[in-house]
Amino acid sequence: MTTVTNGVNVQALLDAREVLKNAPEAAQFTWRASSKWQHGVHSTATIQNFFGLGGEQSHKTEAVFDADHPEIFAAEDNGITPIEFLLVGLASCLTAGVAAVAQNRGIQLRSVESTVEGNHDIRGMLGVDSDVRNGFNDIKVTFTIDADASKQDIEALVAQSQKRSAVFDALTNPTDVTVEVA
Amino acid sequence: MTERVTVVVIGAGHSGLAASHALGKQSIDHVVLERGDVANSWRRERWDSLRLLTPSWQTRLPEHRYDGPDPDGYMTMGEVIEFIERFATVSGAPVRTGTTVTSVRRTDDEYHVTTSRGEIRCRAVVIASGACNRPAVPAFRDAVPASIQQLTPFDYRNPSPLADGGVLVVGASATGVQLAVELQRSGRPVVLSVGEHVRLPRTYRGRDVLWWMAASGLWDQRHDEVDDLTRARRLPSPQLVGTPERTTFDLNALTAMGVELVGRWAAVRDGRALFSGGVRNLFSLADLKMARLLDTFDEWARTDGCDAEVDAPERFAPTRVPVSTPLQLDLRSGRIRTIVWATGFRPDYSWLDVPVLDTKAQLRHEGGVVDSPGLYALGLPVLRRRKSTFIHGIEDDARDVIAHLANYLDARR
Repeated sequence: MTTVTNGVNVQALLDAREVLKNAPEAAQFTWRASSKWQHGVHSTATIQNFFGLGGEQSHKTEAVFDADHPEIFAAEDNGITPIEFLLVGLASCLTAGVAAVAQNRGIQLRSVESTVEGNHDIRGMLGVDSDVRNGFNDIKVTFTIDADASKQDIEALVAQSQKRSAVFDALTNPTDVTVEVA
Repeated sequence: MTERVTVVVIGAGHSGLAASHALGKQSIDHVVLERGDVANSWRRERWDSLRLLTPSWQTRLPEHRYDGPDPDGYMTMGEVIEFIERFATVSGAPVRTGTTVTSVRRTDDEYHVTTSRGEIRCRAVVIASGACNRPAVPAFRDAVPASIQQLTPFDYRNPSPLADGGVLVVGASATGVQLAVELQRSGRPVVLSVGEHVRLPRTYRGRDVLWWMAASGLWDQRHDEVDDLTRARRLPSPQLVGTPERTTFDLNALTAMGVELVGRWAAVRDGRALFSGGVRNLFSLADLKMARLLDTFDEWARTDGCDAEVDAPERFAPTRVPVSTPLQLDLRSGRIRTIVWATGFRPDYSWLDVPVLDTKAQLRHEGGVVDSPGLYALGLPVLRRRKSTFIHGIEDDARDVIAHLANYLDARR
């Protein structure tokens, strides 16, 4: 158990789980991003601060992300499309989950790679056909994992990672979204 | 005028009667208070076709076992009631039927029990009122259009009073699976909303799967040996049905019957039911867990040497993912006429005026020893062992819990 070095501090996670059992208010987090329109369909989002454990928290540095559309959409392609950010979120969330669960289960990982494909009928967002939804029709994630474990144990890692994934939940279940003008 | 007894047992189901049996062995004077009749929930809160999930040879109570013609079968509700009634009679349990407990309070070193028929003071109380007193139904049931009839397993008896047309069964554990089969067979097309579930074959290598649970020692695992006890106690009942044919009704069998599977019902928006898109992973989790359990059985059979007495190891097809799992369903379209909430049950402790409930309104207890001196519980999931969830688990539990209670009384004599 102790020789597994996936780099996840599982003890800290387990300790947090214990503490938060009796302190649900400390578990209330608010994640924030600010976005600024640049030009055309190009915008820049910045992320640094968030709220959690009862107070304001901060990332070590501010992160900046450009979002745009590709040239085939007659845009400048200054960054990935907004819907691709969802794929980034899903892949990184599931990957983090795989690492954490592997550490907790004493499984040494050598490599974890995944590809994420989101199938998207853009007639919805273009207003061509109101029966077509705006978002993804479906998403497929394929993991390739090299680890000291049986195929069955690796499948269980990936399944448990989905079970505990914030982004998987956010994408598969409805979320109440409010958009207003300040 | 306040009556005095040493111990009050609340509930005359299998748990309360087993407590009474153990108290009787120790000559501790007690009464068993029962709001209705012996085995009340089995009489009034179950659907007509229900049979026990455990085979009859396994359905045991202290010094009381099934002696009928079909030990491999599963008792009907009538048989369960008779079985429990006979146990009450044979063990001479001091049951007071038609006596509803409205309050239990701690006063000085004792308990004061208020009932519909008077007041009782006692030194100890055994809560055996069951784990399934109320159907647990999500709050968004209120957003379902009024044109749809909503039923819980407490209201449902059989398909005949239901409107012709589609039924949305919510929940795919033991209850949901059984009702989905029955309703689909009645000619009402069923949509089954599937959340986290426990998949089990009815028989494995020629034996009832619950024989394996018991024989391999898994069911004897103690509560303090279980990895994640909170999770084990909240685990939904396995997808098992007790039928004379010993049929496995897993999701593949249901799909083959024409039942349509959708994901967990997450919300109602604008008259539409929205289902989770994460159902594939629930299938994977259930398939993986079942495979792991069967591996455990095979391993035990090899090391224990009973390999030759059972059939060859089997593996079952993975749960088939439907070509499309709809993410929403228009509840106003008329396609669904009835919703059956098979979303679990919760205990009711509204009468318990002792601060022993956790934030989820469950009793705080350590193996049935409740967090208040002289207060005990029996008949809850994984109370002391994995088998505590099942009727035959009560024998060991009642013996242990009543031994603790007897020590408690002795120490304060």
